[in-house]
Amino acid sequence: MLPRLEARPEPSHAMRYAAPLLAVVLTLVGGLVIFATLGKNPIEGFRVFFLSPLKDAYGIAELLLKATPLMLIAVGLAVGFRANVWNIGAEGQYIVGAIAGGGIALYFEGSTNLLLLPLMVVGGAIGGALWASIAAVLKTRFNANEILVSLMLVYIAQLGVSWLVHGPWKDPQGFNFPQTKMFHDAALLPILVDGTRLNAAFLLALSALAAGYVFMQRSFPGFQMQVAGQADAAARYAGFSATRTIWTGLLAGGAMAGIAGMGEVSGPMGQLTEHVSNNYGFAAIIVAFVGRLNPIGIFFASLLMALLYLGGEQAQQYMNLPSSISKVFQGMLLFFLLGADVFVNYRLRFSSSKR
Amino acid sequence: MTEAAATPVPPANEPRLEMRGIRKVYPAVVANDGVDLTVMPGEIHAVLGENGAGKSTLMKIIYGVTRPTEGEIVWEGRTITPENPAHARSLGIGMVFQHFSLFETLTVVENVALALPGAPDLGYLARRIEKVSEKYGLPVDSRRLVHALSVGERQRVEIIRCLLQNPKLLIMDEPTSVLTPQAVRKLFETLRQLAAEGCSILYISHKLDEIQELCHTATVLRAGRVTGSCIPSHETPKSMARMMIGKDLPVPEHGAPLEGGEVRLRLAGLSHASDDPFGTDLKDIHLDVRSGEIVGIAGVSGNGQQELLYAISGEEPLSEKYPVQILGTEAGRMKPGRRRGLGFCFVPEERLGRGAVPRMTLAENALLTAHRQKMVKRGLIDFAAVDAFAFECINKFDVKCGGATAQARSLSGGNLQKFIMGREILQQPKLLVAAQPTWGVDVGAAAFIRQTLIDLRNAGAAILVISEELDELFEICDRIAVIAKGKLSPARRTTDTSVEEIGVWMSGMWPDADSGREKQHAA
Repeated sequence: MLPRLEARPEPSHAMRYAAPLLAVVLTLVGGLVIFATLGKNPIEGFRVFFLSPLKDAYGIAELLLKATPLMLIAVGLAVGFRANVWNIGAEGQYIVGAIAGGGIALYFEGSTNLLLLPLMVVGGAIGGALWASIAAVLKTRFNANEILVSLMLVYIAQLGVSWLVHGPWKDPQGFNFPQTKMFHDAALLPILVDGTRLNAAFLLALSALAAGYVFMQRSFPGFQMQVAGQADAAARYAGFSATRTIWTGLLAGGAMAGIAGMGEVSGPMGQLTEHVSNNYGFAAIIVAFVGRLNPIGIFFASLLMALLYLGGEQAQQYMNLPSSISKVFQGMLLFFLLGADVFVNYRLRFSSSKR
Repeated sequence: MTEAAATPVPPANEPRLEMRGIRKVYPAVVANDGVDLTVMPGEIHAVLGENGAGKSTLMKIIYGVTRPTEGEIVWEGRTITPENPAHARSLGIGMVFQHFSLFETLTVVENVALALPGAPDLGYLARRIEKVSEKYGLPVDSRRLVHALSVGERQRVEIIRCLLQNPKLLIMDEPTSVLTPQAVRKLFETLRQLAAEGCSILYISHKLDEIQELCHTATVLRAGRVTGSCIPSHETPKSMARMMIGKDLPVPEHGAPLEGGEVRLRLAGLSHASDDPFGTDLKDIHLDVRSGEIVGIAGVSGNGQQELLYAISGEEPLSEKYPVQILGTEAGRMKPGRRRGLGFCFVPEERLGRGAVPRMTLAENALLTAHRQKMVKRGLIDFAAVDAFAFECINKFDVKCGGATAQARSLSGGNLQKFIMGREILQQPKLLVAAQPTWGVDVGAAAFIRQTLIDLRNAGAAILVISEELDELFEICDRIAVIAKGKLSPARRTTDTSVEEIGVWMSGMWPDADSGREKQHAA
């Protein structure tokens, strides 16, 4: 009796949605094994990692806070991913969005104009979109691979923010720390629940999910992009523009990542530093796929990914585990998801060979 | 094409192949259900049937591509189960597929070597190819690169590749669909010679006159079951068609063309160099298609049909405006969407991946090109309108499918073709261009599609049909032109020409072929 993979006649609908859940379960099991091999009590590890972050209202607010940038970025990326536009550089677009939003806050320091925050949101979106548009220009003009271009632009953005906070934008009273001045109150996103750090960016994220849902599932341009992603000859035949697909895909991802970056500096951080990103731009790629490129799925996948971030911090504090434990979990999640996705198109068969 | 009846079956005692009670169940359909088939040595045996009747599945079972769910296969008196094509070949079963499996950038001899076990000596192999090709009248130069060969020559390479293994049974799947009438003659001679030497041939085709001319016996399948067998020479194409679809074939009614309709498509000196190194350059093509007429373009595939269609549809925009004029608009540089906006609809040759998105539902595939039929309101999709359109298309064109939510790739080729034809026709185009409108569609549905095209013409549409099937073109077209090596012949009135004349033109030899300019069609 040898197990073998047999192609399914139709991709399994049930498996498409079961695969992320299966991946989550396998990630948990994998996590327990890792705790055990590190000499920790797996049950204790599970409790610290997955339960203790959620033990009170503050914990849940933190979860939503962490999930906010992930939702924003992932829903933007999903627009492109569905059309086979592979924007891998959301991390860079996030940073440029943070620079743009933060720059506006610093430029209008002391202003109490109510339009300042909206201006920062727009600025963040434009910043991220501009960064992504470099990849779009190179792709549409010279057919340069957007995966490589957008990824390399991440490093440029990282060095750019580093130069700013070490140089021209450094806080003169900051004891030489590489960071800007703290933003004034009018440039900070309002807190939603007193006593927590959850801010208005969460509402922006929810609106982005809703808008993403309408665009991807209900609108004709969204349909056109989906066709382009699945069969470019059919898109050409129907007269859907490939150039517009690339631009829309990259700009959506860039703008959303930019807003996420702006939301972070004008939210929990309150200033621009070198470490403006927590790898959200890359983690959001996993979120987008775990969420099946669907805004509803992305909502839940963001919460899960946020939990991995919080759990990792807890495990550092209480279990003496290195900070990279979060990344190990993220990696396992993606790994198991890709593995489980095989069963969308294939099934396992046990059969004895006849010869 | 009807000639003297084929020679009678040579007497033989033991069947070469006997299939008993073959049943093949796929998750969604029963493709074969209790099929019996007996093939004698030296017999040319036709397998007839509509699309989805189970012919291909049956052949795949014999060639070891798939396995039957139930049933017995007896090969020369021994019960066997072909495990895979290599196993089938080792038994002496060869198959020539409808679509060739040759590497274009390799030579003939290299291609043949790839199909043989081990690493044969190329020089020796070339001599064997020469011998076989001489013996069976299949001339081909074994040193040439495949991309430089004509379609007929490529088919010869495929046949030679099978013959080198001394097959006892040769399966031919729709072998004549890509050949000129003259090349079909030659192929039949070869097949008759093979049969006379004792090789059995299973011949799959939907061209009833060919079967009548060539085959000794025929087994008819309908919906996975054997519905009859006959001796084709004792039948007429009409009687065989009745066996195949269970009823009489409607004959398309074809009135006189509307005279003096406005020009809806004008190709005014269309020249275009192909980007593809193996493509065909279009050279100074002139053609008018008027309201109320059907113009056909005949030709062996690969002579520029694809490039011409890309230029007309706008999938390959031109650098000049004037060479393609759609409804009086110089459209050479327009994108496909804008050309459709003028009232142009188009059925491409490839159905899956171009005419339809494989993993999308039929409703979504209706939206693909029919979205101008009030399916989009302020950027949002009106799903009710989409479903209604898809539903109408499925019903009117008798598309056999699991409803509007079925994925395009779950449909058989013929049914998807019906859906795509239906989708384009239901948009009531002012100008319709259709490539191979009935390709792979069963005779009943083909007759329906042809009638629909004629009705559309009678309602005043201009229709251009590009097809490799001369019979079809002669049946529906008012005028016929021929494309060869990227040049277009003058268009002749169908009533003033003949299959023979068009057949000669298909090799590029029409009077005044050097200028290739259409005389202005007398209105």
